[in-house]
Amino acid sequence: MEDRSLLVNECSGVLKSRQMAIRTVGINQIKIQVSELCLKANFELGQDVIKALQNALEREKSPVARETLLQLLENARLAREKSIPLCQDCGAAVVFIEIGQDVHIDGGSLSEAVTEGVRAGYSEGYLRKSMVDKPFSERINTADNTPPVIHYEIVPGDRLRIVLMPKGGGAENMSRVSMLSPGDGKEGIISFVEQTVKKAGGAPCPPLIIGVGIGGTLEKAALMAKQSLARPLGEPGLNSEISALEAEILERVNRLGIGPLGMGGSYTALAVHAATFPCHIASLPVAVNLQCHSSRHAEAVL
Amino acid sequence: MKPVQFTSPFSSQEVINLKAGDRLLISGVIYVARDAAHRRLTELIASGLDLPVDFCGQTLYYMGPSPARPGSVIGACGPTTSRRMDRYTVPLLELGLRAMIGKGERSEEIRQAIIRYRAVYLVTLGGAGALLADCVIKAETVCYPELGAEAIMRLEVEKFPAVVAYDWQGGDLFQQETAKYCCLHEK
Repeated sequence: MEDRSLLVNECSGVLKSRQMAIRTVGINQIKIQVSELCLKANFELGQDVIKALQNALEREKSPVARETLLQLLENARLAREKSIPLCQDCGAAVVFIEIGQDVHIDGGSLSEAVTEGVRAGYSEGYLRKSMVDKPFSERINTADNTPPVIHYEIVPGDRLRIVLMPKGGGAENMSRVSMLSPGDGKEGIISFVEQTVKKAGGAPCPPLIIGVGIGGTLEKAALMAKQSLARPLGEPGLNSEISALEAEILERVNRLGIGPLGMGGSYTALAVHAATFPCHIASLPVAVNLQCHSSRHAEAVL
Repeated sequence: MKPVQFTSPFSSQEVINLKAGDRLLISGVIYVARDAAHRRLTELIASGLDLPVDFCGQTLYYMGPSPARPGSVIGACGPTTSRRMDRYTVPLLELGLRAMIGKGERSEEIRQAIIRYRAVYLVTLGGAGALLADCVIKAETVCYPELGAEAIMRLEVEKFPAVVAYDWQGGDLFQQETAKYCCLHEK
């Protein structure tokens, strides 16, 4: 009995010292932040994407494609200046949240706050509501673009990082996962990405950003592929082996000649972003998540 | 090649003269429908009922706009992927639909139907919804308002840019342009 009370005292001591380090973030703040990210992501194309489009414009061989790239840059300018969505498909709201393990969420449910933020942002911003419930039968529009698709990750620290990625249906529909055999190796992966892009043609609105998740399990590969899309263009892969693979895939894909919007040209993709994770001795999962040229994501740290 | 100005609806002779790769600036009337509306139209046709819009000779744009801000005609209004409409398209061509506007390649069945019905498939700027909004001078919902962004609309457009993707003689923009740049990319 005595021993136990000692243990309880010790535990509460630990708890007290931990409480000192805990940061509180209110759900209202999260809701407002998510709502603002919805607007920012849909109206403002990132400078990294604009730079990549300008770079493609300088090197593109096809005159028709050069004109298309100019029109895409003009579209980005108009969207920003007039607060009109870059694309009428304002996407499913995919949200990545990194929660520092020393953060306390105060005032209610975090998921509900994010959902509320999406609801408010898509309404205030005159963004298109594209989510339907009863997906295989009545397909009823939920009318406020909820629910968002939220991915949580617990990380060290006392901050909350939110990345909001509106993901359009056109490019998402052309994405694929394959459970390759280990023997398929690097060439198997490159070939799968190449075939995915070829099959997609002009539909996913190239020039693309191609997210590739390699390893893990079925869902881990898909998640890595999607997360890779949020990486700023121009930032190298995690290591030289991954960077080299990305460069090789990019070259192979751009040899297809599909070009901007599928109308021929040397820029079918602007970038390939790959990520890897260890996997089972029997497996080599590969996920390819295609992202259109309107690569939208915005982030905030609370 | 400079774009040529056309008025929609197109005449049958105009459509016959169009060739894959021709660039157009379209003014006039175009109708808008995408997945959910196509599904309803097909059900009506299958039941032998009249359609809410007479598509004979008309131009159909695969699109679902973002909401218009107060004082604006329309929100962003770029094309959606055409191939999802393939399964619904032949009955509409049978009813005389003459031109379709969307993005991306279509099935072999639709390419053959375009030849058979002397129609045309055009593509416009995927992902340039803000830019295309400037080409729309009037927009009204014709039917199925309950479908929201998927309602059938009637647009009046001015110098709306499009490129002929499939012509009635079997010309294919994607094949002809991709072949030019395939394997050419510099290291």
